[in-house]
Amino acid sequence: MGTYKLKKGFTIPLEGTTDAEVLQADSSPVVAVRPDVFRGIKPKLLVKEGDSVKRGAALFCSKSNPDHIFTSPASGIVKAIERGKKRVIKHILIERGVADEHVDFTSYSAGQLNTLARATVKEQMSRSGAYAYFRQRPFDHVADPTITPRDIFVSTFDSAPLGPDLSQILAGHEADFQAGIDVASRLTDGKVHLSLDGDGSRNGKAFPKANNAVTHTFSGRHPAGCVGVQIHHIAPIKSRKDVVWYATVQNIISLGRLFLTGQLSADVVVGVAGSAATRRTYFRTTAGAAVASIVGDHVNAKTVRVISGNVLTGSNVGREGYVGPYDSHVTVIPESTGPEFIGWMLPGFSKPSYFRTFASPFLSMLNPKKTYAQDTKLNGGVRAFVATGCYDDVLPMRVYPLFLCKSILAGDIEEMEGLGIYEVTEEEVALCEYICPSKMEIQNIIRQGLDMIEKEG
Amino acid sequence: MKFIEDIFNKQRHHFEKGGKLEKLYPLFEAKETFLFTPAQRTASGCHVRDAIDTKRLMSTVIVALIPTLLFGIYNVGYQYFKAAGQDPEFVSCMAVGLRYVVPIVIVSYAVGGVWELLFAVVRKHEINEGFLVTGLLFPLTLPPTIPLWQVAVGISFGVVIGKEVFGGTGMNVFNPALVARAFLFFAYPAQISGDRVWTVVGDNVVDGFSGATPLLVASSHEMTNVVDALHQFGQHAGFADFTMMNMFIGLIPGSIGETSALAGIIGAAILIITGVGSWTIMAAVCIGALTMSLIMNVVAGSEASFLALPPLYHFVAGGFVFGTVYMATDPVSASATPAGKWIYGFFIGVITIIIRTANPAYPEGMMLAILFMNAFAPLIDYIVVRQHMSWRLNRGQA
Repeated sequence: MGTYKLKKGFTIPLEGTTDAEVLQADSSPVVAVRPDVFRGIKPKLLVKEGDSVKRGAALFCSKSNPDHIFTSPASGIVKAIERGKKRVIKHILIERGVADEHVDFTSYSAGQLNTLARATVKEQMSRSGAYAYFRQRPFDHVADPTITPRDIFVSTFDSAPLGPDLSQILAGHEADFQAGIDVASRLTDGKVHLSLDGDGSRNGKAFPKANNAVTHTFSGRHPAGCVGVQIHHIAPIKSRKDVVWYATVQNIISLGRLFLTGQLSADVVVGVAGSAATRRTYFRTTAGAAVASIVGDHVNAKTVRVISGNVLTGSNVGREGYVGPYDSHVTVIPESTGPEFIGWMLPGFSKPSYFRTFASPFLSMLNPKKTYAQDTKLNGGVRAFVATGCYDDVLPMRVYPLFLCKSILAGDIEEMEGLGIYEVTEEEVALCEYICPSKMEIQNIIRQGLDMIEKEG
Repeated sequence: MKFIEDIFNKQRHHFEKGGKLEKLYPLFEAKETFLFTPAQRTASGCHVRDAIDTKRLMSTVIVALIPTLLFGIYNVGYQYFKAAGQDPEFVSCMAVGLRYVVPIVIVSYAVGGVWELLFAVVRKHEINEGFLVTGLLFPLTLPPTIPLWQVAVGISFGVVIGKEVFGGTGMNVFNPALVARAFLFFAYPAQISGDRVWTVVGDNVVDGFSGATPLLVASSHEMTNVVDALHQFGQHAGFADFTMMNMFIGLIPGSIGETSALAGIIGAAILIITGVGSWTIMAAVCIGALTMSLIMNVVAGSEASFLALPPLYHFVAGGFVFGTVYMATDPVSASATPAGKWIYGFFIGVITIIIRTANPAYPEGMMLAILFMNAFAPLIDYIVVRQHMSWRLNRGQA
């Protein structure tokens, strides 16, 4: 149990938070599974177009480990397998049938979960593809079933700009969540660490009461809610072999439900946020649902960007896209449409900025609740690194982001390891990228470094 | 503003690949992004980006330099009329000041700008906005009497040898504006040191006129107390009164931009409030200078010695404030680690005072101290980063 007050960070005052209301979404006739989201494996298809699949049936497995399967969130027919560049599988589309058939797994009572043998848990997870609920650090891969993680981490609040209030997602599913935590605790010899919001505004009722987990509180601005930052403060990753797992609140709920009901559950809650979305609430829907089924035509700009996830790290899926398996919200923002005359010289009353060279940070001081609608403009040209201390100011970790980036650009693996590359992923450095005056792609650089070190280290 | 946008869109094909003016694309890019914040969308990573860019960053430094520039212009005129024994009127002071300062600034920007463009074209990259700052910083470090050809030679040296040979903006080890000044200082010492160059004088000069700076007076006087020497110097010559107040406001001879501590402090406030300049470095330089000058006071022996000059006089004399606020904080040539900034700044302060007081050849030490620590900044960062790495390696084993 620890209390952490993080001083560094920055909350971008974006317009368009999600209202605290949960609605039933229109049903999504087609749902998608995106194998590319599961980092660290090469998918090998187990189905072909036209096959009918049950909810919980295998769709593809890892090329290197055929026992590591990924399963379908819906029952129906494999409508299409869409491929992108280099024949990478982009989507496996499943057209849902009238009947909802499912594969049977074992169900347990809540009391049994605490005493399950690890082998039993692993067997059920293997068969149901539930390892996909966990991801691991370093490298941010999907959890490797052959590994026993040192600890498991769950962040119960999302501090990202316009991030969903996870207590909305938890509401009504507290028992499932507890069951998920119980199951997770069987998977590690260490602890399940649950991080709570120290500022208290986004705490779900069940979070502080969870059993079988060590709770910690984190207060501060974004990225205080990022699991990587929390791991760094609770029990840091010290080497490549020091593997920990983490899961989202939604993943833990789904995991718990799998063990309580004996079925793979695809029911999820997804929030809609962003200044370009006009219907911003939470929706009960299916994992992998089409964003059209929750965003619909409720947008207020001609060209919008639909992001599965948040504006810093989410993926641009477009209005025809699908919600990713690890995302609990969809953000809709206006696309940049035209150049702005002498934009960089204006006082900037309506431009959010970390730097106080614009008027907006002063307005925010006067009125902390003021928010801004920001579009996808890059806001400047790409330039050389003009090193300043700003990157350190938004990363509440003992890491030197600038030097880490330089070591990656120089391809110096020893230096990267020394500077702690195993502790970071795109998520933690996303704010550094947001505020970078030289418009560097810092998230890409970090991923480059991780890829390099994974291959050669 | 649609019609300007159309002009750019119509001309664009000339500058893009295959166009007849393809090589001048950096010039086109610079002009276009000057007039318009481009519509370019984020492509990967963050979907939204901060409104800040290097243009805004650098132009904030320019804004912070304005008080210094304006006061510098006024002071050139003020010293001119003082030397002639006339009453300095505001308007005529500004007129004389503009007459001398504006050509220096124009030459600096024009010649430096040509080099900048040339390298951008050859290296095929955009023009970096950092030059906007270098091009203004450099003139402000010069005496108003500097020959214009020397300005041209100096800025050329600064941009080419100080920056471009290292690979351009972001890669340079030394502050280009200071490299330019140091080059002039060693190549043409007659025009940038001594007691003749700091004041523009007309045909009429009062008897016994001396254009010495406070530091020069402090280093070579014949009184028994160094502070008295400063105060009485003014009475001897009938003008240039080195009281604390005059030195703070900046009504003394010196380089165009360096004389006013007040203007520099206003600039510092702008840089610190906007978050553009590092307050750590500024504070560290002051602490370093304070520490070293107190030590020098203790070991001075005699009150007449330059070593006995109280710390406050060091702060308002010469280029101390100017160097601390605008030069030491240059993010490219300073240390980048938080701990490194304290060390880097502290030693700039210490070395400045050592050069000023212990070295009879150079009454001013700010420029050399900053250049010296520029050279050490990477080493300081290296040590800080190694420390960090060994902390990483050893943590948890305790």
